[in-house]
Amino acid sequence: MNGIPYAREYKVTLCHVCSYVCPEDAHECPRCDSPVHRRKPNSLTRTWAFLIAGLIFYIPANLLPVMYTTMLGSSSENTIMSGVIEFAEGGSWDIAILIFIASVVVPCIKFLVLGLMLVTCQRRSTWAMRERSRLFRFIELIGYWSMLDVLVVALVAALVQFRGLSTIEPRLGILFFGLVVVMTMLAAMTFDPRLIWDAEVEDVR
Amino acid sequence: MNSATPTPMTDIPHRQAHASEQPPAVAETQSRADQWIICEHCDSVYESIPLNKGEAAYCLRCAAILRRNHRLTVEQLLALSIAACILFIFANVFPVISISMQGLHNEVTLWGSVQALAQGQITLIALVAGLAIILAPALQIALLFWVLAHAHRGQIAPGFKMCMRTLEHLRPWSMLEVCLLGILVAIVKLAGMLDVHPGAGLWAMAMLMVLILLIAGKDIRRLWDELGVRPE
Ligand SMILES: [Zn+2]
Ligand SMILES: [Zn+2]
Repeated sequence: MNGIPYAREYKVTLCHVCSYVCPEDAHECPRCDSPVHRRKPNSLTRTWAFLIAGLIFYIPANLLPVMYTTMLGSSSENTIMSGVIEFAEGGSWDIAILIFIASVVVPCIKFLVLGLMLVTCQRRSTWAMRERSRLFRFIELIGYWSMLDVLVVALVAALVQFRGLSTIEPRLGILFFGLVVVMTMLAAMTFDPRLIWDAEVEDVR
Repeated sequence: MNSATPTPMTDIPHRQAHASEQPPAVAETQSRADQWIICEHCDSVYESIPLNKGEAAYCLRCAAILRRNHRLTVEQLLALSIAACILFIFANVFPVISISMQGLHNEVTLWGSVQALAQGQITLIALVAGLAIILAPALQIALLFWVLAHAHRGQIAPGFKMCMRTLEHLRPWSMLEVCLLGILVAIVKLAGMLDVHPGAGLWAMAMLMVLILLIAGKDIRRLWDELGVRPE
């Protein structure tokens, strides 16, 4: 399109681990011995699998409580959303927004963007390739911030352990939430952004 | 199709490079290919040219960063990895938060917070948290120290390939930045109901996070070239 050659035109492939320029027919990087593939194997199918697993785990992650609090005799269970609302009602708008972004906005953006990447690549769409490339790098960058809530629950549960007065315990929801983060991270790792640009060329498998 | 060599990448910092005239065709040999840079996001091939300090090269096709010039020398990286090692010990030995309530006192270390998740059904998530805030950073620091200490003397460390591969695979799972933000959120969260004090571990943690960002990035791949690790 704009005259910059693709690696395949020179019969070379990039090693993703050490950046070595490998011959196209290599199965192992000659320099660091990592497996080398022209494109990540079964990238679209595997990304779909991780994405769907993430979506499934996202349901119990939101419905089940993530934290169980006893405070001077009274006890309550918090889901992710009820925790956010509690912060907002208590006046800590900044923290409420922060947790809302990390636990709700970021995972949802990841689901949407990964879904968009998969659908457009399967249709070999040439629409907004540069922007889609940027978008993918953006979700790769923000994805792991969703672990925030898991770590907050861990810290708070470890701290508030005053028997008889007040205790906080983690609950099953946090497991599913952590798994959502892991699944979306794996989905982003198995997606091969080079597939976006393959739509430009006719002869790619 | 193989009539032209790759476009030379330009080195205008923080701006997109523009393609310059293509040089005459050159025989396609592996030694030639050593001078090439392939964009990992779109597979474009460029000819590598030296960058000045602080400059970065961008891909013309997809706008990803192709390469950044390393600002730090191997000696500086080694010094920072030793500092990171000390800070890591501090961050793990000292509590990151301490609280008090009606005369009772409690404090938490990083390990303590991971243990709090290790309860029955949800133990799996304790493993993920342990990897993200303790194991991955610890391994990163240890492996970096090992390869840099040898690189400093111009040697290729024993097990160099395995160390470098492990560093690449650990990078996405190391989440000290998120942990630091988590500590701050936990402090604010608890400040409403009891007395909260940031612990000494928190300050070590904050400095450690900056050091890890400096030393554990993709930049470390330059050791392959600088040490002249030859492909088999
Ligand atoms: Zn390699
Ligand atoms: Zn590119």
